Amino acid sequence: MKTEKSRILRGMFFGAGFVALAAFLFTGCPSQDRMMDTRDAAQKVYVAPGDHDEYYAFLSGGYSGQLSVWGLPSGRFLKVVPVFSQDPETGYGYSEETKPLFQTSYGFIPWDDSHHPHISQTDGDSDGRWIFINANNTPRIARIDLDTFETKEIIELPNTGGNHASSFVTSNTEYVIGATRFSIPYETDLDVAIDTYADNFDGALSFLSVDPDNGRMDLKFQIVVPPYHYDLGRAGKGPSADWVFFTTYNTELAHTMLEVNASRNDKDYIAAVNWRRAAELVEEGHGRTMSAEYYHNYYEGNQGYAVSNRKDEVTVLYPEDIDENFMYFLPTPKSPHGVDIDPTGEYIVGGGKLATVIPVHSFSRMLEAIDNEAFDGDSRGIPILDYDATIIGEVEDPGLGPLHTEFDGRGYAYTSVYISSEIVKWSLDTFEVVDRIDAYYSIGHLMITAGDNVNPEPRYMLGLTKTAKDRYLPTGPKQNHPAQLYDISGDRMELLLDFPTIGEPHYAQAIAADQIKDQVKQIYELEENDHPNAILGVADNRVERDGNNVHVYMASVRSHFRPDNIEGIRVGDTVYFHLTNVEQEWDVVHGIAIKGAENAEILVAPGQTKTLKWEPQRTGIYPFYCTAFCSALHQEMQGYVRVSAADADVPLTWRTGTN
Amino acid sequence: MKLQSRIAMAVAALMLLPLYFIPFWNISMTAPQYPEGIGMYIHIDDVQGHNRHDLRSINTLNHYIGMKEIHAEDFPEFDIMPWVIGIMIGLGLLAAVTGSVKLIMTWLILMVIIGIVGLVDFYMWGYDYGHNLNPDAPIKVPGMSYQPPLIGCKQLLNINACSWPYTGSIFIGISVLGAAGIAWYEKKISGI
Repeated sequence: MKTEKSRILRGMFFGAGFVALAAFLFTGCPSQDRMMDTRDAAQKVYVAPGDHDEYYAFLSGGYSGQLSVWGLPSGRFLKVVPVFSQDPETGYGYSEETKPLFQTSYGFIPWDDSHHPHISQTDGDSDGRWIFINANNTPRIARIDLDTFETKEIIELPNTGGNHASSFVTSNTEYVIGATRFSIPYETDLDVAIDTYADNFDGALSFLSVDPDNGRMDLKFQIVVPPYHYDLGRAGKGPSADWVFFTTYNTELAHTMLEVNASRNDKDYIAAVNWRRAAELVEEGHGRTMSAEYYHNYYEGNQGYAVSNRKDEVTVLYPEDIDENFMYFLPTPKSPHGVDIDPTGEYIVGGGKLATVIPVHSFSRMLEAIDNEAFDGDSRGIPILDYDATIIGEVEDPGLGPLHTEFDGRGYAYTSVYISSEIVKWSLDTFEVVDRIDAYYSIGHLMITAGDNVNPEPRYMLGLTKTAKDRYLPTGPKQNHPAQLYDISGDRMELLLDFPTIGEPHYAQAIAADQIKDQVKQIYELEENDHPNAILGVADNRVERDGNNVHVYMASVRSHFRPDNIEGIRVGDTVYFHLTNVEQEWDVVHGIAIKGAENAEILVAPGQTKTLKWEPQRTGIYPFYCTAFCSALHQEMQGYVRVSAADADVPLTWRTGTN
Repeated sequence: MKLQSRIAMAVAALMLLPLYFIPFWNISMTAPQYPEGIGMYIHIDDVQGHNRHDLRSINTLNHYIGMKEIHAEDFPEFDIMPWVIGIMIGLGLLAAVTGSVKLIMTWLILMVIIGIVGLVDFYMWGYDYGHNLNPDAPIKVPGMSYQPPLIGCKQLLNINACSWPYTGSIFIGISVLGAAGIAWYEKKISGI
């Protein structure tokens, strides 16, 4: 086992000096401010009123915690799917049904930072069943159904700090991955001095299986790895489909001032993990069972209240426990960010964030190096492969700060370059840059239509940038993050469209609209409504008292509630409005809001049941109304609740009908 | 009667069989809010929405102007019509077996009477449905009634309603025309 210390000693200059060098290096070849003839560009993005876009694009919400849905090429905003943050607009995270989704081992967490949406795959291509997305801050992974565009499941990752290398799926959605970006002590709640980092901290790589029938996730195992920072991950494809790859930085084991201290080493690693073998090792009993507290939240049926299951142990693989090697480190310059696998599964592209080249490893050479044991030491029992044995190309002159790469399936790769704010297109054959184009400004991820699939669709590329500055009408010191749409169907990239987005999109995914639009549900079938407090016919409306809890079983249909007059509620009661929207017509939504409720409204889709909790604090008459403009008589869709004193003897009554 | 004519008459009678499976009338409606359309198919024993929940939606919309809800079980016609069609098939087959041209003529006259009674009944239902409105209806347009068209299209407030025969009626048409042709042919050859 090789220690980290020798590497830590190998410092090199950075900071201002590096930037100065970079400025010198790159002044000779600025990328071009190039846009297609305006009329041609307009024609390419024009989708006539009433017509549909060719692609659904799913953009992570970043610090909004959500997932936004857009049409491409028009850049039409379609919807925000609330995932990790409460959404008062829809009542997500406020209704009793959705609150359990927010449960974690730290309690109810109302917000998170969502980064990398990834559509479920079959044979390496997006299949449109589900989309997964990670929460970075309180590490979690969510699953969203692509027939209802609703979050159906959230699972917490224990022993993980910053779940960033997530939520990427393997070629047949066997697993969705997570990893520690900020290494922490593996044991929960371990109270140690921070400067004992090297001794007490660990990294954790998480592998969650996905039930092929219903998408339900299960944390099958974690691998405990050296306390580097595991930044991004990707599953292999085709020949490399049994592997996943993670980038690492902070192999220096810094725990303070990381911008300097974690940027010293010339090379960090890409970790290559044979997940299929690791899963077999777990099956064969090589894992340790360790205590770990985490929550798994999901819906058991079509509807109803999400359940929160507390889990208390996890199966863990320690590479040093196991004689057999199932993971390797590939030295990669320098604090690599993205790791992206080309459509053939052969090329492993590192985004050498601080490197002056884009390093490309060969999967087949990696296997050869493993066979030949071309090792350059090891780290905690994990072999480090010889750099020269796995590297197949270094793309020169890629700009400054290459981050992420996607592919067009025609032999070209497209890498986003943050500091020099551009996208470079390079050949997977010659490893030479063939085209470059500006990004506005400071690009993070880029996304090509199906660009991470085995069969990319080289139509459009979306650049997701970090600052808008002067691109749009100014909207104050903090502006929304931009996206730029490029046409990549020709030899040269051409800018088509530039539009502001929601939150801070990191990664995005696009899928041909035809692949999912016919599966999208228009209503929830009332007949299949399995909510325990649903009323399937308006005649079943009623109010029931159970101690201090009052349950209102209410129906909404254009344009009234049943019941709409309720008396006999007392201060101190907790009132639950179980509202069933008995409409069975697409997009006829009803909502409910009640004066003074310390809660949001809730919106209820046709055929759906949702529960609004209300704890009236004062006596009085409380109007409630339908918040959705459901019909011409929408404002008549209202009612009253009478709240009496705690000791009042007003009988509980309810009615709807004649005055 | 010639053997061919008998077989043809049997086929004409059996042409009514599809009525047990497919609708014979269609009422379709469009409105700005219903780009996809909404409507109902009328069978001899049922009324069904074009889509699964169309009847429910039609009933929901119509309550604003005070129209009654449409429920298949409220129509005695749906209990009677399968028997009527069954009897006509039987009678037609009987005519084929016996080779009686008179029976074919009787069958034809009955079919015409059934058609007229059916249309009159449909008109009367439509009249009642469109005129007999709930006085508590939220939307009242003075002088406006909502009788659906018997045949053809009609604008009713925001809804354009069209009423036309549907696939089942083609089979009725083939059946009646076929029987009439056989009767005409038999009369012609026997007349020579």
